[in-house]
Amino acid sequence: MNASAAGLLPDVSGHFGRYGGRFVPEALIAALDQLDAAYRHAMADEAFQAEFGRLLRDYAGVPSLLYRADRFSAAAGARIFLKREDLNHTGAHKVRNVLGQALLTKRMGKRRVIAETGAGQHGVATATAAALMDLECVVYMGEVDTERQALNVARMKMLGATVIPVKTGSRTLKDAINEALRDWVSSVDETHYLLGTAAGPHPFPGMVRDFVRGIGVEARQQILDQTGALPDAVAACVGGGSNAIGIFHAFVGDEGVRLYGFEGGGEGVTTDRHSARFSGGSPGVLHGARTYVLQDEDGQTIESYSISAGLDYPSVGPEHAWLHDTGRARYLPVTDAEAMDAFQLLCRTEGIIPAIESAHGLGGALAIAPTLAAELGREPTIIVNLSGRGDKDVETAGSYFGILAS
Amino acid sequence: MSVTEVFEKARAEGRAVAIGCMPAGFPTVEGSIAAMVAMAEAGIDVIEVELPYSDPVMDGPVIQKASDIALAGGVRTRDTLRAIEAVARTGVPVVLMTYWNPIERYGVDAFARDLAAAGGAGLITPDLIPDEAEEWLAASDAHQLDRTFLVSPSSTDQRLAMTVANCRGFVYATAVMGVTGAREQTSAAAPALVARVRAVTDLPVGVGLGVRDGAQAAEVGSFADGVIVGSALVRCVLEAPDEAAGLASLRALSADLARGVRAVTR
Ligand SMILES: Cc1ncc(COP(=O)(O)O)c(C=O)c1O
Repeated sequence: MNASAAGLLPDVSGHFGRYGGRFVPEALIAALDQLDAAYRHAMADEAFQAEFGRLLRDYAGVPSLLYRADRFSAAAGARIFLKREDLNHTGAHKVRNVLGQALLTKRMGKRRVIAETGAGQHGVATATAAALMDLECVVYMGEVDTERQALNVARMKMLGATVIPVKTGSRTLKDAINEALRDWVSSVDETHYLLGTAAGPHPFPGMVRDFVRGIGVEARQQILDQTGALPDAVAACVGGGSNAIGIFHAFVGDEGVRLYGFEGGGEGVTTDRHSARFSGGSPGVLHGARTYVLQDEDGQTIESYSISAGLDYPSVGPEHAWLHDTGRARYLPVTDAEAMDAFQLLCRTEGIIPAIESAHGLGGALAIAPTLAAELGREPTIIVNLSGRGDKDVETAGSYFGILAS
Repeated sequence: MSVTEVFEKARAEGRAVAIGCMPAGFPTVEGSIAAMVAMAEAGIDVIEVELPYSDPVMDGPVIQKASDIALAGGVRTRDTLRAIEAVARTGVPVVLMTYWNPIERYGVDAFARDLAAAGGAGLITPDLIPDEAEEWLAASDAHQLDRTFLVSPSSTDQRLAMTVANCRGFVYATAVMGVTGAREQTSAAAPALVARVRAVTDLPVGVGLGVRDGAQAAEVGSFADGVIVGSALVRCVLEAPDEAAGLASLRALSADLARGVRAVTR
């Protein structure tokens, strides 16, 4: 179980147990090998680490704060700490991964980056890093998402990126990834695919995890400093899985710390409108890795749904599949309604407007708090990864609550 | 005839093999069978059936659209097997090109068994590299099926040799860095890639991605053992006003391709 904590996973071919690997066209293998080599060298290179650390600190505002949310805690019946990734530059944890990969892009001598985006957070973060590092940037975004996240489309364009609306398939994140992969197959010599989450073919899952794992390293030290003890549980929402693996990883070896990942439960896992790969999916291959996917009897991908664009994805990073099967982490669905209740509660009790993705982590914490309290016989301490801020979601939330005419 | 025999016969005739691709279930299951039979009758030597998949990352817009139409029409994996069986009855070898997840979902060994029973010759696997193919290597041995993995201009010598060593039937060389789709010009990288494959194997080499007419087939056939044509054939059906017109233009293009591979002797 501690293979992951000890940094032994993935193995050299990118497997987490039976999950992960590389299910991609041969045309991409050379680029993935090049990326893997560049990444390994960079990790061992002090100059790279220093530059990455400087950018995270001086540009992105890392380490993010760990905040004890007393009024939210009172409502939750648990002591809730928020890892404030929402305060990072560009408004989410995504900036960590993006800065790391943009530095690698330069190191590989490539001058163009492409990215997929769902909510637009990763697209904005990529456009930001591209502007900072003088890289050409093309972002693929499902046409449906360009409509529900119009503000982020404008932000990307302001930052100098080209946004290409993807009109194939379900016209959401999954199709944006297909289109980005097609671009990459044709442009791999000069282009880096700056994948936005800890998923996809090796080396992305392990590499992205390593770029974001500072979230958990910081949180672990911060909670020890503030409370003198490790938390009872760590919770995060799980789209592709980057913010969750980012906060989980440093705690995997701490057996007393329960790890909870909350998926987009949409209108409920008994309906066909959800993004719950673990509760409603099964092992399969999608977007370059073996993992849990939403699929029908024939292995055709089933379209996902969530009120949150960032969780609306039919696949999930392979390390989560492994943590799921080993029982080290638990994955539960949180419905749209539960997430939006938690969203409103955080707004009203703490004066913090969360991203709707992160609201799923909050909603999940509210759901598990009573059981955990009963199990422990005391008030539990839970760290929730507040992965992003809700500015981008004001329109969706405003119409959900009837504040804005929809 | 097996795929190997078709290549041997063509080699004896001093020409390349014409390989034509069509998604099963497009526009309907019966329609796709009629289309592939027409291709075979007009001189296509090997039929490549594509299993429609929701996320075809190696395919360009034409084949994506055809796959979407097939899936929207409710095509199932078992319909693809039925189409293979019907087309194989004409005597042309039929290979299946498929993304990996539908096979894994069906059960790799069960699929190999049912494909062999349907008369299918083997699989072309665009998103399965030999490194991840342990189950398929065993199942294809057990059921005596051909295995075509892809090689690319970016493959290192080491990977190319390893990939080719795992192929049976023929090797698929992706001639341009890119997805399927007819192009004005086929790639200059193709002859070099074919030569690299030839240096490590006696297996025939098929070149795909980009061929759209007899003239280009002749050009590719001058250096490759097989000329693989997909999007251009699919477009005949996609753009036709009705089924009869689609079949007519499919026959015409198939005949043109068959002439093309015979236009140059090697
Ligand atoms: C704020 C925020 N949280 C979470 C996610 C989900 O992604 P991941 O699971 O990779 O953290 C996103 C994705 O866009 C996001 O913007």
